[in-house]
Amino acid sequence: MTRLGVFICHCGKNIARTVNIEALREKAATLPHVVLAKDYLYLCSKPGQTMIADDIREHRLDKVLIAACSPRLHGKTFAQTAQRAGLNPYLLDMANIREHCSWVHIDGAEGTEKAFSIIKGGLGRLLYAEPLEPFQSPVTKRVLVIGGGVAGIQATLDIANSGYEVYLVEKSPSLGGHMAQLGETFPTLDCSSCILTPKMVEVSQNEHVHLLSYSEVTRIEGNIGQFQVTVRLRPRYVDETLCTGCGDCVPTCPVVVSNEFDQGLGARKAVYLPFPQAVPAVYTIDWDACLNTDKLIICENCYKDCEAKAINFLMEPQEKMVEVGAVVLATGYELMPVARIGEYGGDEYEDVIDGLQFERMLSASGPTGGVVRRPSDGRIPQNVVFVQCAGSRDPEHGIPYCSKVCCMYTAKHALLYKHAVPDGQVYVFYIDIRAAGKGHEEFVQKVMSEERILYLRGKVSKIFKSGAKLVVWGADTLSGRQVEIEADLVVLAMAVIPSSGSQKLARTLHIASDLSGFFSEAHPKLRPLESNTDGIFLAGAAQFAKDITDTVSQATGAAGKALSLLANDFIKLEPTISEVEEGICRGCGLCVSICPFGAVKMLPSTRTGAMVAGINPILCKGCGLCTAGCLSGAVTLKGSSFKQIFAQLEEMV
Amino acid sequence: MPEGLRVGYFPGCTLKTDARDFESSALAVARVLGIEVAELSRWNCCGTVYSLDAVNLMPRLASVHNLIRAEEEGFSEIMTLCSMCYNTLKQTNNLFTSKNNGRAAINDFLCLKPGYSGRVKIYHFLEFLREKIRPEQVKSLVVSPLAGVAVAPYYGCLLLRPKEIAIDDPEKPEILTPILSALGAKVIDFPFNNECCGAYQTAVHQEAVARRAYRIISSAQSEGADMIAVSCPLCHYNLSALQGLVRSTHPGLKAMPIVYFTELMARAMGLDYRTEIGVIPQDVAAAEARLRPSPNDPGREALK
Amino acid sequence: MKIILGNSHPQSLFAQRIEALSRQKLFACYQCGKCSSGCPMAESMDLLPNRVIREAQLNNGPVIMSCRAVWFCSSCFACAVRCPKGIDIARIMEAVRTLQMLDGKPITEQPFCEDTGTLPQIALISHFRKFNM
Repeated sequence: MTRLGVFICHCGKNIARTVNIEALREKAATLPHVVLAKDYLYLCSKPGQTMIADDIREHRLDKVLIAACSPRLHGKTFAQTAQRAGLNPYLLDMANIREHCSWVHIDGAEGTEKAFSIIKGGLGRLLYAEPLEPFQSPVTKRVLVIGGGVAGIQATLDIANSGYEVYLVEKSPSLGGHMAQLGETFPTLDCSSCILTPKMVEVSQNEHVHLLSYSEVTRIEGNIGQFQVTVRLRPRYVDETLCTGCGDCVPTCPVVVSNEFDQGLGARKAVYLPFPQAVPAVYTIDWDACLNTDKLIICENCYKDCEAKAINFLMEPQEKMVEVGAVVLATGYELMPVARIGEYGGDEYEDVIDGLQFERMLSASGPTGGVVRRPSDGRIPQNVVFVQCAGSRDPEHGIPYCSKVCCMYTAKHALLYKHAVPDGQVYVFYIDIRAAGKGHEEFVQKVMSEERILYLRGKVSKIFKSGAKLVVWGADTLSGRQVEIEADLVVLAMAVIPSSGSQKLARTLHIASDLSGFFSEAHPKLRPLESNTDGIFLAGAAQFAKDITDTVSQATGAAGKALSLLANDFIKLEPTISEVEEGICRGCGLCVSICPFGAVKMLPSTRTGAMVAGINPILCKGCGLCTAGCLSGAVTLKGSSFKQIFAQLEEMV
Repeated sequence: MPEGLRVGYFPGCTLKTDARDFESSALAVARVLGIEVAELSRWNCCGTVYSLDAVNLMPRLASVHNLIRAEEEGFSEIMTLCSMCYNTLKQTNNLFTSKNNGRAAINDFLCLKPGYSGRVKIYHFLEFLREKIRPEQVKSLVVSPLAGVAVAPYYGCLLLRPKEIAIDDPEKPEILTPILSALGAKVIDFPFNNECCGAYQTAVHQEAVARRAYRIISSAQSEGADMIAVSCPLCHYNLSALQGLVRSTHPGLKAMPIVYFTELMARAMGLDYRTEIGVIPQDVAAAEARLRPSPNDPGREALK
Repeated sequence: MKIILGNSHPQSLFAQRIEALSRQKLFACYQCGKCSSGCPMAESMDLLPNRVIREAQLNNGPVIMSCRAVWFCSSCFACAVRCPKGIDIARIMEAVRTLQMLDGKPITEQPFCEDTGTLPQIALISHFRKFNM
C-alpha cells in the first residue's frame, strides 16, 4: 500500500494567518494512505528540508505532498530534497495553499477549508503519479546572435573571444545599430562612433564570427542546445567577396533617395554604403529604389563603373541553415513616429524633429557636417525647444512607461547645441528629471547651471507653424503660468519602442513579449537575461529601453549565460512531456496542427505501419495542448495524466 | 442622384432665429443632393451644453426627450446642423449605448417602459455628407465655382471633442476639405481651426472671448484666408459679432467674413436661400463681395 | 500658506466629492501640466487647470471653493483629449463649479455683457445651463 507523507508549511504568517495549520494537519492525517502529516514554520529552510528528507527515509514514504507556496517558486528546492532522500523527484508534488489560498482569503475558516480541499486534490493526483527520469540532449556549441547593434556586437565578441562560433545576423547592410548614428554619448561625451567602430572591425576580423548582414531569421526550430535556424540572405546585388568598397559605383547612379541612416535628413544613392565605417565595407543596391527590376535592366551605370565586377543584377535571395545551441536576441529599439502625436503637428513640420535626427545633425559625419541647421531652410536655429516625454509616460498614446534615456540625451543635446551656437537659446520642457545613473545627475546639473539652460516644468500641449517659426504652447507648473515660445527648431524626445519586426520575430521564436512589445524576461528580478524559452537570451533595448552602458552590461551577461550553457556537452530535459499511445491513436493529425512547437509529426507505427502521431521529445515543451485536443484520448502528458487530473478534481469537488 | 436618402432633422433654437440662413442654405443644398430632410414634428431645446456632472442626470433630460421623439417618429438616424446640438444629443445618446451609465435611472425617472433604446444614430450634417454623398456629386451641382476664394474651415470644439463623439481627427480635422474643394474654393489649413472660440463665456467674459476671436481670425488671415467657414452658430457669433470688440484692442484687424459652410455650398450651386434675416449684415456683404470674383481678378484685394 | 497634513488633516472630503461628481481619478494625475499648456481660457484663470487638480489632491477646500478659474472654463475638452492619463479635466472643472454652487458661492462677479439682447439663444441658454442660473 502506498505510504503518503504530507508536509504543511506556515510560511511564517503568510499561510498561517488565514489557514489554521493545526486543524489542517489533523484533518490531513486522517486521509487515506497518509502515514505522516507534519507542519513546519518554513519548509524551504535548511532544517525544514532536512526534516523532510529524514522523514522520507525514516517513514519509508513512497510519495510526498508539500502544501506550501507555488511550485514555480520552490518546486526545484523540494524536488532536490526528494532526490537527496532517494525518492524519485516526480513522486513529490506541491499543493499551493499560499497564492491559491491563504493570500486570497481573509476568513480563517474559509481559508482552512479551501487549503484542505487543495491538499485532498493534491493527494489524489499524487496517488497516480509515476516515477519519471529526465533525459539528455546534446549541446551544439555555436551561438546565434540576432541584431548587430552594440548589444549584438558585444555579445558576439564575448562569445567568440571564448572560442565559440557565432552567427551574427543583422537586418540592415551594416553593423552598428543606433549607436553608430549618435554624435557623442552621455555623460562623458565620448564620440559614439569612435568607441563603436573598433568593435565593429573586431567582429569582422574575428575568425569565430560568421557575419550575415542584410539578412533575417525566418524560421527557428528545436530547443535549448539544438536550434535549427533558417536565415534569409537578401540579395545586395553586389558580390560581397568581390566588392572592394571603393565607391566607384556611386557617382553615376541616377537615383537619389532619403538616407535612413541620417533619419531621412540626408540623401543617398540607390547604390550605397550606409556610412563610411560600415561593416562589412560592402556596397548594397537598394532594389526598391533602383531603376532596374527583376525583369528589366534599365540602368547599368554602376555595373559599368565597377572595376572589380562585383555588381550582379541577377542576385537572388538565399537561405542558409545554421545549427546553434543558444540564441541571443538583440534587436534593439526605434523611436515612436512623430506622426502619432497629432497635437505636435504629426510629421507635418520639417523643423519638428526627433532625438535621433538631432543626433545626426550633431554628428560630424551627419548630413549637416555636425552643424545644427533647420531642415526646412538650412538656417542655424537661434531658439531651440526640447520636449521630453513626447509619447512616453502617456498611456493615451499607448506608451505607459518612461523611456529612460531621454532626460539624459536631452541634457546632452542642450549642451552640444550651446557649444555649437553659444548665443542660441535653449528651452527644455520636462515633467520629471530621471537621471539615476552613475554620473548622470551630476551631468544634468552641470548642463543646467553652466550652460544656463532654462528647464520648464510642464508638458507641451500643441506645436504649430506660424510663418517661418514654430509656436510651442507649454506651461511652467512651478510658476503656474502658461508659456508660449516662438522657436526655430523643436526636438521631440520621442518614446523608445521595440524595433519594428520584433513582434514577428517573437512569433518565429515562440517567445513572449510584454504589452508594449518588448521581449519578456523569464523573471523580472532573477532571470532578466533569459527569455521564457530556454536557450534564448535577451540583450539590450529589445528587452526594454536602456542606455549604452546598461545595454553592454546586459549583452555581456547574456553572452555569459550562453557560454555557461555551451560549457555542457549535454543538457538535461524535463520528462514531463506528451506521449502517444499508438494503439489508441487513429491518425487524424489534429495534434499536428494544434502543437505550437512543431513537436508532433505523423509517422508510420512501428507495429502496424499505419500513420500515427509521434512526439519529438526534444521539441515538446509539455504544454498539454495535444493532450487536451486529442479526440481519442491517445495523448498523455507525463506527470499530468488524465488519471491524475481526474483524481485531483474528484477529491476537490 | 441617390434614391430614398431620408434623415430626421433636429433644428435647435438658433437655427430658427439667428442662424436661419444656415438652415435655409442647408435645406436647399440637401434638396438638390436628393436628401429628404424630415424635421421632427415636435422637438425642444437640446439642452445646449452637455452637463458633465456624473451624479445629476436632470440636465440630460431635454436631450433625452428629443431622442425619444425621434425614435417614436420612426427615425433611426437624425441629423443636426448646429455643432452644439450635435455634441449634446450625441453625448446624451452615448449614455444609453455605453456601459456604466445613467440609462436605467433616466428611463425609470421618465417612467418609460421599455425605455429609450439608444438606437437613434446622431449625425452632424457634415458627417452625413461624408458618409452618404460623394464629393463628385457636390461638384456636379456647382454652377458658379468659388474659384480664387480662400476659405479656412473652422471646426472649433463641439464636432471634435470629447473623442467619443468626434466626427474627425481632433488634432487634424479636414472633413470640410473635400466639400470646399468640390466647390472650387482654395482650402486654408490653419492651426487654430480646432481651437475653442470661448463659447458661452461670451455672455459674461466677452473680452476673454474677443482675445480668442482675435487669435483665431488673425491666424486664418496670416495663412491667407479670405473667409472662415463654420458650422456652429455660437462660433459664428463669437467670430463675427465680436470683431468690433477685437478692433478696440487690435485696430489693425481686417474684417474677416464668417459664413456657414452650407451658405458656400448653396452659393456655388446657385441656390437661393437668403431669408433676409441675416444677423451680421456687414459680414454677409463682405462675404458676398468675396464670392463674386471677376474672371481676371480673383478679388483678393477687395477686402484689404 | 502652509498646508498641515497628517493627523489634523480631515478626511479628503473635497477630493472625494470631486471624484464622485466627476467620476475621474484625481490621483491618476501626475501633474504634467499639459492641460494648462493648451487651455484656451488659461490667460483669464487665477489657477491653471493642473493647479486646480493639485489643490484637489491636497484637499485644499478653501482654495478649491474660492477659485475663479473654473468659471472661465469653456468646456472645450482640449485638456481632456490631450491628457496623457485620459483624465477628463473638463469634468473636474464642472465638479468644482457644482461644489461652489452647492456651497452658495456667488457664481460670477461679472455682470452680463451689455448687449445681451443681441446674443443668440445658443449663447444665452448654454451660459444659463452651464452656470445653472
